[in-house]
Amino acid sequence: MDTKEKKQPLKKILLICSKANLEDVYAALVMANGAVMEGIETKVFFTFFGLDAITKKQMNKLHTATVGNPGMRMPGGLAFPTLLGALPGVEAGVTAMMKKEMDKLDMPPVDEFLELIEAGGGEIYACKLAADMFKLKKEDFHETVKAIITVGDLYEMCDGEGTQIVFT
Amino acid sequence: MTTKTIAGVNVDVTEDGYLTDASQWTEEVAKEIAKEEGIELTDKHFEVIEYVRNKVAAGEGLTIRGIGKSGVVDAKTFYKLFPGAPLKKATKISGVPKPVSCI
Repeated sequence: MDTKEKKQPLKKILLICSKANLEDVYAALVMANGAVMEGIETKVFFTFFGLDAITKKQMNKLHTATVGNPGMRMPGGLAFPTLLGALPGVEAGVTAMMKKEMDKLDMPPVDEFLELIEAGGGEIYACKLAADMFKLKKEDFHETVKAIITVGDLYEMCDGEGTQIVFT
Repeated sequence: MTTKTIAGVNVDVTEDGYLTDASQWTEEVAKEIAKEEGIELTDKHFEVIEYVRNKVAAGEGLTIRGIGKSGVVDAKTFYKLFPGAPLKKATKISGVPKPVSCI
C-alpha cells in the first residue's frame, strides 16, 4: 500500500445541529466558526429543536439540561442528582453559570456568534421540514439565516472534493 | 526553529513561519511575509497589525471577536483584509506567535 498518500485538506464542511441544548448549539457554533477561521467553506443547517438557536424569540434563552444529563456534576465533581435538576430554578442557575464561564472564554451570545460566522462568509440555513412542523417562517428566524431549505438542497450544497458533513 | 532572511533581516521562525521574537519584526518583514501570503499591505492592514502587536505585547489573547470589537476593524473587514484564515495570517504578518484560541 502506498503510505505516501497526499494529504487532502478539508475544503468544505456542513454542520447539522438538531438540538436546542445550550452546549449542543455551542458545539456546532464553535466548530462552524472555527472552520470559517481556517478559511474552510462553512454551512450550518439547523433542524428540529436546533431551530431554537436561530429563532429570534428563543436564540438567546437556550438552556443546559439538568435532568437526564450524566455529564452534569456538582461544583467539586460529585454526581448531580437528577431529582435536584428537576427543582424549579436549578436549570436556570446552572445555565447562568455555564454562560458566565463561556463569557470568560470570550464566547459570544448565540446571535453574535451567528453574525461572526456570517462575517467570515459562513452560511446559516434552516430546515424546511422542521420549520413547517414548528410553524416557523423566514421572519421568525434571525437575519443571518440565509434560507429555509430542503434536505435535497442541503445535499446539493455538499458537492466537491474535500467536503465533510458533521452531525452534532 | 530556523533562521530565515526576510527582507534582508535575519529572523528566527517556527516551522510554520511565525517569528519567535517579536522584536525582530520590521514593517519590511511584514510586507515580505504578507507577499508570501498573497496580501499587499495597506495602511488599514498596518492599523490591524499595530493592534495585534500591542495586544500580544500586553499578554492578552487574540480572538476574531475581540478584533472585531476593537474599533480598528469589524469582523467582516478583518476577514477581507486577511482572506482565508485571518487570525493566523494577521499574527504571522505581525511577527507574533501563532494564536492558540479556538474562537
